[in-house]
Amino acid sequence: MIALEVNGGRHDLEVDPETPLLYVLRNDLGLNGAKFGCGLGECGACTVLVDGEPVLSCVTPAGLVAGRRIVTLEGLGTAEKPHPLQLAFIEEQAAQCGYCAGGMIMRSKALLDQTPAPGEQEIREALAGNLCRCGTHGAILRAVSRAAAVGRAVAEGRMAGVAAGEVKP
Amino acid sequence: MSGREMTRRQFGRSVAGLVVTFSLAPDLIDAAGDGLPGNLDAAPQLAGWLRIEVDGRVTVFTGKVELGQGILTALAQIAAEELDLPLRDIRIISGRTGVTPDEGYTTGSRSLEDGGTALRYACAEARAVLLDEAAARLDVPVAQLRTGNGTIFTVDGRKLTYAEIAAGDPANQSPTRALNRPATGRVAPKPAATRTIVGTSAPRLDIPNKMTGGPAFVQDLRLPGMVFGRVVRPPGPGAGLENVDIDRVRALPGVLAVVRDGDFLGVVAEREEQAIKARDVLAGVAGWSASAPLPEAGRIYEWLRTRPADRAVVAEKSDPAAAPVVKRLEATFTKPYLAHASLGPSCAVAEMRTGRLHVRSHTQGVYPLRNSLAEVLRLDPEAVVVEHVEGAGCYGHNGADDAALDAALLARALPGRPVKVQWMRDDECAWEPFGSAMVMQLSAGLGADGAIVDWRHEVWSNAHSSRPGRSGRVNLLAAWHLAEPAPPYLARSGGEDRNAVPLYEIPNLTVVRHLVREMPLRTSALRTLGAYANVFALESFMDELALAAGADPVDFRLRHLRDPRGRAVIETAATESGWRPGLKSDGTRGRGFGFARYKNLACYVACVAEVEVDRSTGRVRVRRVVAVAEAGQTVNPNGLAMQIEGGIVQAASWTLKEAVAFDRSRVTSRDWASYPILAFPDVPKVEVHLLNRPEEKFLGSGEASSGPAAAAIANAVGHALGRRCRDLPLLPERLRQAAG
Repeated sequence: MIALEVNGGRHDLEVDPETPLLYVLRNDLGLNGAKFGCGLGECGACTVLVDGEPVLSCVTPAGLVAGRRIVTLEGLGTAEKPHPLQLAFIEEQAAQCGYCAGGMIMRSKALLDQTPAPGEQEIREALAGNLCRCGTHGAILRAVSRAAAVGRAVAEGRMAGVAAGEVKP
Repeated sequence: MSGREMTRRQFGRSVAGLVVTFSLAPDLIDAAGDGLPGNLDAAPQLAGWLRIEVDGRVTVFTGKVELGQGILTALAQIAAEELDLPLRDIRIISGRTGVTPDEGYTTGSRSLEDGGTALRYACAEARAVLLDEAAARLDVPVAQLRTGNGTIFTVDGRKLTYAEIAAGDPANQSPTRALNRPATGRVAPKPAATRTIVGTSAPRLDIPNKMTGGPAFVQDLRLPGMVFGRVVRPPGPGAGLENVDIDRVRALPGVLAVVRDGDFLGVVAEREEQAIKARDVLAGVAGWSASAPLPEAGRIYEWLRTRPADRAVVAEKSDPAAAPVVKRLEATFTKPYLAHASLGPSCAVAEMRTGRLHVRSHTQGVYPLRNSLAEVLRLDPEAVVVEHVEGAGCYGHNGADDAALDAALLARALPGRPVKVQWMRDDECAWEPFGSAMVMQLSAGLGADGAIVDWRHEVWSNAHSSRPGRSGRVNLLAAWHLAEPAPPYLARSGGEDRNAVPLYEIPNLTVVRHLVREMPLRTSALRTLGAYANVFALESFMDELALAAGADPVDFRLRHLRDPRGRAVIETAATESGWRPGLKSDGTRGRGFGFARYKNLACYVACVAEVEVDRSTGRVRVRRVVAVAEAGQTVNPNGLAMQIEGGIVQAASWTLKEAVAFDRSRVTSRDWASYPILAFPDVPKVEVHLLNRPEEKFLGSGEASSGPAAAAIANAVGHALGRRCRDLPLLPERLRQAAG
């Protein structure tokens, strides 16, 4: 039995603590945001946040993150009330197939939490471990920059907050 | 984004003039010969293409499927346009046997040309039928009716909604059967000037859900009672299963079934991680015979050129009045095996219940897959349903269909329980069909005036199309391994000479293809088939010839091109990229040009690449690519630009980094570390400019930029170094050597 705190809710689960977090999120908790891409920690599609840090859930045993704050794509916002990053990805149409998008958004969330005004090079470096095969990189870079600009505007009181769906830190 | 929008508006203006000058084909000439427009004959009745719901919304049926290219949004735009409905009132059902029209495969950049055209005519005709029905009920001539927002209005203020018409005539109390009539293709769609939805960058319908974690992919399906399957492949092609300790795997936690059929091995477990663990154990307890020997990787091109091959002359012309040749150039280019390497490995969910099979798959062709599955499993095709559910980005014949058979074989062992199979990364890397290795040998002669007098292009390749159901053959991976196997299908032809024939005007021309039938590594369709490598070779050679003729690469191309649409694309690319004739390289920075019209009949693309090469390391950085695309009538400019940009970035990755690695017995590139692709730090900035020709028909664009991008990058590297590398990929060690 392990207890996971995911998107603000507590889940007591009868799973082997060695089970990679990815399968618990997807199959036990029915969450789609983190995707299986390689199972080797090489592509970033499974990225989630653990205590605010980006973590590759496909190679992270669930037992290791018991009791820590796990946030998945679903924990940011909904289609009706998207998080500013999700909204920026939607507005920039930053997907072709969209399979990598969840990992991109989570990795970007970690970046913007640390670095609210990243330059393009910083975004590129932060996303270096997140692969995209469709060649949507340009739109993703624009989306992250857009979200950063919106975030700064909100922080500086130049714009009303739109982070309705955001999980409290 | 804003730059792109602005550019497009500018082009909207400038193109208007071009269209007047160059528009050769009038609108509405979409039919091939005397047949129906596009794929309209795939469903004989209008009702096979659309249904008006009682709430007035319209459900559209298409045999084309979403591969990450945004096709469903574009098709919805076409339907909404012709029906005078808001886009949100269109619902699309795509790729389901027994429900949607059989439009074959979603391939060849033909979805808009064939499927979009069919849907456009079906919806135009449906609107005419609705108008007729309204005219009868309201007792006014059709000419006095107009449509808007799903409603038909009379001039005197009366109206009837599509929903009311769909509900049937209250006088005889029966629902309407108005669309139960043949689709004739005789009702003209809207003229370009009146379109308000087609031609706009309507946001993709699927994106909000995907960005917020909604179920969007077959990988996200969770059906009641669903269990998880994994397969164990042989260590290499041709290896046979000699012994396996199945009982040991059966005893593992959660394992529900271990399936062995000939050399096919699979396992099903309650939980996904249990299935993965069981797969590892199963692989460990299986003993295999030696694989069939593979050719030596380092001599694969020599191998291709010396094996028995079907030789065909694909183009030949000669002009006795051609000028004599004063200078001759020859060059040989090579391209390795490439992987599709979808980010999400192939996946399917299959359920066998009372002798009927239901498969959910990201296949590109639900009907061909259904028929192949039925053949392997000895089922009546009518007892098999294949339903398309999206997978990760698809760039051709990947493992989708094979995963569907894997899931079906495992589901057969557990009737009544849906089995989800997702390939592991090594399954995908090692067993998906690859794009074939190729050799292109070119030779050309220049006349005294510096013009090309003759041209010869020979290409050696394995087949580029071996999809399931082609030529009535199964061609599914697991079917090779069954106790009663359906052996690998060696395709007769398909795409190895794609774009090998230059679009340029050349008096004497010979193009020859050699299709090598023996197929040591499984090959099939990867985005562009042979066009990527042929355009790389052809357009590289154009630069070599331009250099030999002392001409600027852009001028040299224009001198040999009559096609006005192609010329417009090239000229615009030169202008937008700030091309300066005669620009010298400083030894590290270079710029290069590449152009092609995909298949010589689809979308036109020209690319200008700017690169930096570190002469000491050989490392290339592609700084910027400027592309101009003309796809006839643009349906969704942003969608088109994304396809062009995506093709460029992917081609940059192929060109700079990618090659399937193998030793004498197996594929050795089995993950992202051994098959690296271009990642964020190295992805070029891409600018896409679109030329829209609203009076022209749709031209497929999804594969159009790959070849021109590769050529532009290779030419830029050649320009930077002053020496050319003709072997893909342009790896640092090769460029270091070229740099001398």
